[in-house]
Amino acid sequence: MTNTDFSADYFTLFNLSRAFRLETIALDKRYREIQTQVHPDRFVSASDAERRLSMQWATRVNEAYQTLKKPLSRAQYLLSLAGQDIGAEDNTAMPPEFLMEQMEWREAVAEARSGREQNELEQLHHRVKQRMNRRYDQLAELLDDQQNFTAGAELVRKLMFLEKLLFEIDEAMEALEY
Amino acid sequence: MALLQISEPGESAAPHQHKLAVGIDLGTTNSLVATVRSGLSVVISDELGRPLLPSVVRYHADGNADVGYEAQARQVLDPRNSIASVKRFMGRGLKDIAHRESMPYDFDDAPGMVRLRTVAGIKSPVEISADILRTLRLRAETALGGQLVGAVITVPAYFDDAQRQATKDAAKLAGLSVLRLLNEPTAAAIAYGLDNTAEGVYAVYDLGGGTFDISILKLSKGVFEVLSTGGDSALGGDDFDQRIFCWIIEAAKLKPLSIEDARLLLTCAREAKEYLTPHGVAPITARLNSGEVVDLKLTTEIFAEISQTLVAKTIQPVKKALRDAGLSVADVHGVVMVGGATRMPQIQHAVGEFFKQEPLNNLDPDKVVALGAATQANLLAGNRAVGDDWLLLDVIPLSLGLETMGGLVERIIPRNSTIPVARAQEFTTFRDGQTALAVHVVQGERELVSDCRSLARFELRGIPPMVAGAARIRVTFQVDADGLLAVAARELTSGAEANIVVKPSYGLSDDEIANMLKDSMTHTKDDALRRALKEAQVEAQRLIEAVQSAMKSDGDLLSHEQMTKLEDAIAKLQTTALGDNRRHITLAMDELEAETKDFAARRMDKSIRRAFAGKSIDELEKSTDSSKSLGEPA
Repeated sequence: MTNTDFSADYFTLFNLSRAFRLETIALDKRYREIQTQVHPDRFVSASDAERRLSMQWATRVNEAYQTLKKPLSRAQYLLSLAGQDIGAEDNTAMPPEFLMEQMEWREAVAEARSGREQNELEQLHHRVKQRMNRRYDQLAELLDDQQNFTAGAELVRKLMFLEKLLFEIDEAMEALEY
Repeated sequence: MALLQISEPGESAAPHQHKLAVGIDLGTTNSLVATVRSGLSVVISDELGRPLLPSVVRYHADGNADVGYEAQARQVLDPRNSIASVKRFMGRGLKDIAHRESMPYDFDDAPGMVRLRTVAGIKSPVEISADILRTLRLRAETALGGQLVGAVITVPAYFDDAQRQATKDAAKLAGLSVLRLLNEPTAAAIAYGLDNTAEGVYAVYDLGGGTFDISILKLSKGVFEVLSTGGDSALGGDDFDQRIFCWIIEAAKLKPLSIEDARLLLTCAREAKEYLTPHGVAPITARLNSGEVVDLKLTTEIFAEISQTLVAKTIQPVKKALRDAGLSVADVHGVVMVGGATRMPQIQHAVGEFFKQEPLNNLDPDKVVALGAATQANLLAGNRAVGDDWLLLDVIPLSLGLETMGGLVERIIPRNSTIPVARAQEFTTFRDGQTALAVHVVQGERELVSDCRSLARFELRGIPPMVAGAARIRVTFQVDADGLLAVAARELTSGAEANIVVKPSYGLSDDEIANMLKDSMTHTKDDALRRALKEAQVEAQRLIEAVQSAMKSDGDLLSHEQMTKLEDAIAKLQTTALGDNRRHITLAMDELEAETKDFAARRMDKSIRRAFAGKSIDELEKSTDSSKSLGEPA
């Protein structure tokens, strides 16, 4: 299978090696190069069939780019390529101390929200973000260096919790602005 | 500016042949049409040299309509039939329209899109907008001396699907071929970016007559990438007029107004607002039909005070857009001001204060959107040289989702997704033996369906009877490069495709559009039937050129037999196009289109291979099977 195959994986599509560590500059560059070729703006006066194909390709390239650009979706995608089930729906699989910590975070967010403490929320955002970045470093080691997909999947599950937490903090900040 | 090196484009225009294409800014208050002449984007003025066309349409009892200054001048005398700011009604139901009680119109409270009762009959906002667009088309065709290949029409970035669809329908009704719907701030960025060879992150703050947009863009060599967008599709200069209007009533202690007096005072309010910016104080004097006399002075201070909340209302979406882009104020290299309403000093001040820098005003805020649209139209029509073009990557402004059990929204495509974009999700039945499924498509950010905008309701029929939860229904959302949504649904376990009935909640059905087209033919000044034929001939010519150019550059992809078949289909279309039977031309076009289907796939394959010099491809058509239904509108 080659990178010009419609069903090729996203790494192949962008001519990148299949790994969590990724050259974002190369990704951006490849994305633009391909989009330049397939985007519907290039096919405005073409036949219906060409226009339809162009839209399908541009859609796929956008999807691939968005998936690889964000570290969490990139990790999820890598695991799915490796045939590793993430089991995201199953909270009970999480270690109790992690769940404890999550509850504490959430309480802090709720408190800051009801107390309308914008600064506190910003602090929380920063701390969660830092925590996530450390975990992404670990994830790179697990996925790229050790090929330990089981441990990788567990870490991804944790990161999904943190991502959701970050979303809630952002929402709380947004709510305070109105 | 120096742009990305781009190899041979997919479109077919012969470089020596300049195609007539225009950009149209269909504004709430004013509309403009622009084109590229000798490499420069210019606004096309009317025969009196006026660049703007006031977006006002006045209907007469004989069915004719005045559009522009004449209609605007008669607004006070004939307010009910002189429709202004129709853009605010596009894709909207009656209950969505703010301040409707102070509007002088006779609204028709029908389900779906609001209608207005006029002396020329009931008019939909689509028809009224089409009258404005038709005037601009005729202006452009007269000035350019030929029929247009197509137009780029701008829409507020924050327009939802219903509003976009309504705009496209209006263009169709006006006899325009839409090359692309382009977001207004993005159009401004094109005009601005290409003029200034700007690089980096820019914010475009676009406060028009009735809409507010904020877009955050990354400009780099040859690429305009929209990172996020936000806004309010019912906030603009009109609202500032409204504040002054209310202030006049209060300050002059007026009794309840007749619709003529209300119209008069609204006009006074708008004039005062415009006078105020350069003068600092604006006298407001009027003698009403009721006999009351208004004699007031509006100062910059009073205006700033009464409009304070409106200004603040624009800053919230700015913050949200920045957050969505993952950026802060410090990342923004420049702030571009667009729209006549950004001339107001309190706006300039508030934006400058928020971004901690002076906003950029070096292009006329009234014209910049039309100029950018014309530049993009010129590119899309194929008038730019290879290697001297650019790529535009835009986003959808609002999340798209489906109603699930309990009135909750299941988000399918999140806001700020780069278009075109598609997402599929599987659903199932909840009752044993259920053979139909009601699908409700909504747009918005809220959790509850009742808080989002209803776009369409679909019924998926023909599901084979199964136990609850056994059916697997795959619903696919596809948003095209115009930002328009198509939804397809398929039942997977049975393999049977089920049909979908579309009932657009705030749109117009194809039948309605067809009827309006028929109606407009009896009233328009140009000969509609002859025009329709001419349009078909132009379309046929376009297709022939596209195919011939494709055959010329990629003829090696065709067998001798295929080549002959294509040549035959072209010859047939050429002959048919010389005749005067529009239906036959359309049929011959369909035949040629069908013949090119396979060729198109191979050419696309080749295009992509170009990005990966030397790589080959397995049967493309075969591997796209699973997503085939995506492109088809539901």
